[in-house]
Amino acid sequence: MLKQLWKDKFARIALIVLGTIYLALFFADFIAPYTKDFSDRTMAYVPPSKIFTIDENGKFSKPYTYNYKREFDDADLKIIYTLDRSQKHYIKFFAKGQPYKFLGLIPMERHLMTTDNDGRLFLLGTDINGRDVFSRLLFGGRISMTIGFLALFVLFPIGLLYGGIAGYFGGKTDMIMMRFAEAVMSIPSFYLLIILASILPSGMTSVQRFMLIVVILALIGWAGFARVVRGMVLSVKNQEYVQAAKSIGASRLRIIVKHILPQTTSFVIVAMTLSVPSYILSESGLSFLGLGIQQPDASWGNMLKEAQEYTNIIYRPWLLTPGFLIFVAVLAFNLIGDTIRDVLDPKSKVR
Amino acid sequence: MQILIYILKRILQTIPLLIIVSLISFFIIRLSPVDPLAELRLNPSVSKETLQAETQRLGLDKPIIVQYGKWAKSFLKGDLGVTSNGEKVSTKLKERIPNTLLLTTIVIFLAWIVGVPLGILSAVYWKTPFDRALTVLTSIGMAIPSFFFAVLLLIFAVKTGWFPVGGLTSSNFLEMNFWQKFGDIARHLVLPVTVLFTLSLAGLQRQMRGNLLDVLDSDYVKFARAKGLSEFKVIFKHALRNAVNPLITLLGFEFAGLLSGAALTEYVFQYPGLGRLILEAVLKSDINLVMASLMMGAVMLILGNLIADILLIMTDPRIRGGQAC
Repeated sequence: MLKQLWKDKFARIALIVLGTIYLALFFADFIAPYTKDFSDRTMAYVPPSKIFTIDENGKFSKPYTYNYKREFDDADLKIIYTLDRSQKHYIKFFAKGQPYKFLGLIPMERHLMTTDNDGRLFLLGTDINGRDVFSRLLFGGRISMTIGFLALFVLFPIGLLYGGIAGYFGGKTDMIMMRFAEAVMSIPSFYLLIILASILPSGMTSVQRFMLIVVILALIGWAGFARVVRGMVLSVKNQEYVQAAKSIGASRLRIIVKHILPQTTSFVIVAMTLSVPSYILSESGLSFLGLGIQQPDASWGNMLKEAQEYTNIIYRPWLLTPGFLIFVAVLAFNLIGDTIRDVLDPKSKVR
Repeated sequence: MQILIYILKRILQTIPLLIIVSLISFFIIRLSPVDPLAELRLNPSVSKETLQAETQRLGLDKPIIVQYGKWAKSFLKGDLGVTSNGEKVSTKLKERIPNTLLLTTIVIFLAWIVGVPLGILSAVYWKTPFDRALTVLTSIGMAIPSFFFAVLLLIFAVKTGWFPVGGLTSSNFLEMNFWQKFGDIARHLVLPVTVLFTLSLAGLQRQMRGNLLDVLDSDYVKFARAKGLSEFKVIFKHALRNAVNPLITLLGFEFAGLLSGAALTEYVFQYPGLGRLILEAVLKSDINLVMASLMMGAVMLILGNLIADILLIMTDPRIRGGQAC
């Protein structure tokens, strides 16, 4: 299937984009010039560093940057940032910077690009706490881009089993189980999401919170999935191979899990790719409201929280970058999903 | 007559649904470690008597099943309790629900009158540059996060000053005459409607296009063509009728999606709707308000689905046949 995906122009671009994003997130510690917890309080809301490759004499030079100076402009009553041209800070590649643990295990110091100790390299500016937006984008992406998949891994077994049991047993069991699933679907999902997120106790570690948000996302998605699985089970449960299994004396659970559910594999693959973007969007929406991933941890949603203020979005547009990344990621997932649908179902004409 | 019976049956089906919904939401909220009266207790303007009445009404000293029973009873009577500010929940909801309904109805209406024709055009001109351009545009429309789009539009509004930001009415709304009021609300609605419209338009256009393409492949359309009917007649008289039906089923889901999308959009634009109400209630852990707005959201959704189903019976005679009930 990957081969067929690769043949499609759009899907190929989408795969490359997603591949690049995930690769960058995997090596986030190395690519990011700063660690997750780095903050320079004197450098709040600094615009992106300007990188020069031609020096003041008009000659090519190694890339360098200037630090920003924060000054208060008495006339306009606002803070302005000017380049401190007194000292050049050369950009160093693969040089030693802040120590970190690669993937939380291997202690390392080298970064893809960094500058000398007094210099500051803020490729996409800083936020209110003087934290590097570019570095946080990478660390936040780790959360935003994996949370959807994790939720799917929680939700799929539940939905499969639930839909499988309801469809196979039929009758009263089916009716009761499906009424319950329908009721869950009848609550507007985002309302349910914010309510579930808001009852999380506040004193949790960030890992616990992350896991619980995964669970919440799964709690919301399983019902719709279970309903579709049930429909598919209904259509295969009277086929001969199921009757054969029955006559051998296989238990009902075994028939459901071993014989019926595997029939739904291709559907599961499609449903998975198609629903990843919606979980990315849900998580970012939740964090945007301040109910998802909490500071100081980064996620693309909670980084955008700062973009809610007018002054921020007008004078500090670099704070909007997480939004563009969410957009690109979701677009890529959607394109791949469309293509997979086309590949699996030759009659479908999504594109 | 048959239709009426079916509709009645369908309405009766929503009752157990509503009961389960209320049970689910009640237990979720009660299982949380939040004290439902904490805010009320802290608010000095709320009298002891109100507090007492609330404890009584909610039956907080009794087991949870009894609490649910009490809650359900007063809910049916239309008594939804008071918010943490001491206001009546029902007045608050009455104020907010029409706003959300206004927003979503406009959006659905616009999305249908634009999305369906665009979907038809896309299907008719399948694989032409026009279709491809539209597909790219709808992909973009589907991928852009609603709150991010809302924020971008806010920048636009602030920079140009063309549209008011926030709220539904201007501060001098009460002094306006009818037409000025109308214009004022319309101006405030432009931005939130644009956000939600983009989202639902993209989905609707794709759905319409897909449906029509499927139908155009079917034998009876081929037959109609072979018979020598004009392409116009084939599409509008034969194909379209079947292609629209799934869209009507989707109407209910669309409504659900809109309610969710509206919550974030309302939040960004400070629009006084149900979504923002529930969000504020959640942040203040105002239990009565959360519970009531959750129920209202569910009721609106169920009603949306009901209307979609009834519409479907009217357009699709096959369902009346009985086996689909």
